[in-house]
Amino acid sequence: MTIRNKAAIVGIGQTEFSKDSGRSTLRMALEVVLEALGDAGLKPQDVDGVVKMGANDDIFEIDLLRSLDLPNLRFFNEVPHGGGAACGTIAMAVAAVAAGMADVVVTFRSLNERSERRFGQSSAGGAVGGWMQYNLPHGLVTPAQWIAIFAQRYLYEYGWTTEELGRVAVLCRKHAATNPHAMMYGRPITLEEHQSSRWIAEPLRLLDCTLDTDGACAAVVVSADKAKRLKGKSAYIAAAAQGTGRRAEMMTSYQRASLCRLEEAEATAKELYRIAELGPTDIDVAELYDHFTPMVLMALEAYGFAPPGKAPELLGEGRLELDGDTPLNTHGGHLGEGYLHGFGHIVEGVRQIRGTAVNQVREVRTCLVTSGTAVPTSGVILSKEPY
Amino acid sequence: MTAPREAPAAREEYGKPLPQPTDVSQPFWEGARAGELRIQRCRDCRQHVFYPRSMCPLCLSERLEWVTASGRGKVYSYTVIRRAMHPGFQADLPYVLAIVELEEGPRLTTNIMAAEPEDVSIDMAVEAVFEDVTPEVTLVKFRPSEAK
Ligand SMILES: [Zn+2]
Repeated sequence: MTIRNKAAIVGIGQTEFSKDSGRSTLRMALEVVLEALGDAGLKPQDVDGVVKMGANDDIFEIDLLRSLDLPNLRFFNEVPHGGGAACGTIAMAVAAVAAGMADVVVTFRSLNERSERRFGQSSAGGAVGGWMQYNLPHGLVTPAQWIAIFAQRYLYEYGWTTEELGRVAVLCRKHAATNPHAMMYGRPITLEEHQSSRWIAEPLRLLDCTLDTDGACAAVVVSADKAKRLKGKSAYIAAAAQGTGRRAEMMTSYQRASLCRLEEAEATAKELYRIAELGPTDIDVAELYDHFTPMVLMALEAYGFAPPGKAPELLGEGRLELDGDTPLNTHGGHLGEGYLHGFGHIVEGVRQIRGTAVNQVREVRTCLVTSGTAVPTSGVILSKEPY
Repeated sequence: MTAPREAPAAREEYGKPLPQPTDVSQPFWEGARAGELRIQRCRDCRQHVFYPRSMCPLCLSERLEWVTASGRGKVYSYTVIRRAMHPGFQADLPYVLAIVELEEGPRLTTNIMAAEPEDVSIDMAVEAVFEDVTPEVTLVKFRPSEAK
């Protein structure tokens, strides 16, 4: 048995992305779930599954159940590892649908990350246990710092400079500049602006780091058979998978053989391509998780778009532009649109398959969407047609 | 390998995160207190192991022993922090966070001391120093190696 094209995303919802939503995460979650259901031609009473991302989200299936009066909820699940979980929620939904454990599964993300609790800062004091007792006391306290360690080694081993990181930011901001939904709509940057932005944790500058965002997104997954009977335009799920690497820690896997490779993403890529019976050259659009620019370079390599250490050449040659071989982060990604921990990438992937994106790529048949890296991760391949 | 020891801050005045040793990690922290970098070695596969644990991650043996490492290593990677994302580290700016690969193999997270950030580079030889940060806790840090 395979899950290939057994399920589809039939509805999507998305609030505005802003610095201050002015409302609760519950309120936004309800808005996007109802929007996604309406998009699919479904009603709350049709929902029998909910899958949420685990970390840093305070809305649970029981809140949706109570607020939307879901009378038939029978499958509910939470996927761990922060941003690594986004496509994992889709994978769990596909598994539930394929196994007959649910018919209509809602997945979502709702955050007031900018106005309420910002992740990029730490005030942890006192005693820390677990493996963090070896990291935090030295001042290794935030995601940007954790990632900077990988980035420095990557630049060193392959002889690149921070300009290569900057080209990722410039590309995402270019795509965001023409996306009215993006926090950075109308605000492209130049490489010079990147190079003169202030250091966060060398070699990362401010413009290498994701935005903090208030907002919410949702997606509705049903079986392929059901999708064909619904009004919405479906994005079939050719593959969905999770992946891990050896000696994994949450963003600090410094004991593994190479800090220049994303073992979790490589494992996810292998599984996605196996299930979909596709390879990287079959991917028409790539929405890759971009919390920090160097991880996009490493993800391009992990998902097979470039050999190890060669991803910067793709940017230099313009191959990730909207008219290139593999347009990247067409909505602007986290760096330009906003940071919903990978869920904006899923919603954009569906729009690209449907042909309704603002930066629409021509003749999209497949779209790869990936989730957070340097943690156990996940990905999906969306397809316009079931095959 | 003796470090200049300044009078440490009292624990309640120390505004940074501190380790909470467990039964498993206690020997590492006691070693630091005594001015030694102690890590584990597996009696069965002979590999060195860090961070401390109760089972060898390479061969699953439970026969891990504590040994004193040479304290010598190389900078495997690093980042220079010029903006404190935690108030406790404001006074340290700029500071160098590094992953040091020990001669014995394992890597650990640390700081590179007594060097300008610009002087730190990957593969640079470093040696352990021990900094008493409170009356109870000593952190293992590194400085550029004096031996050529
Ligand atoms: Zn062993």
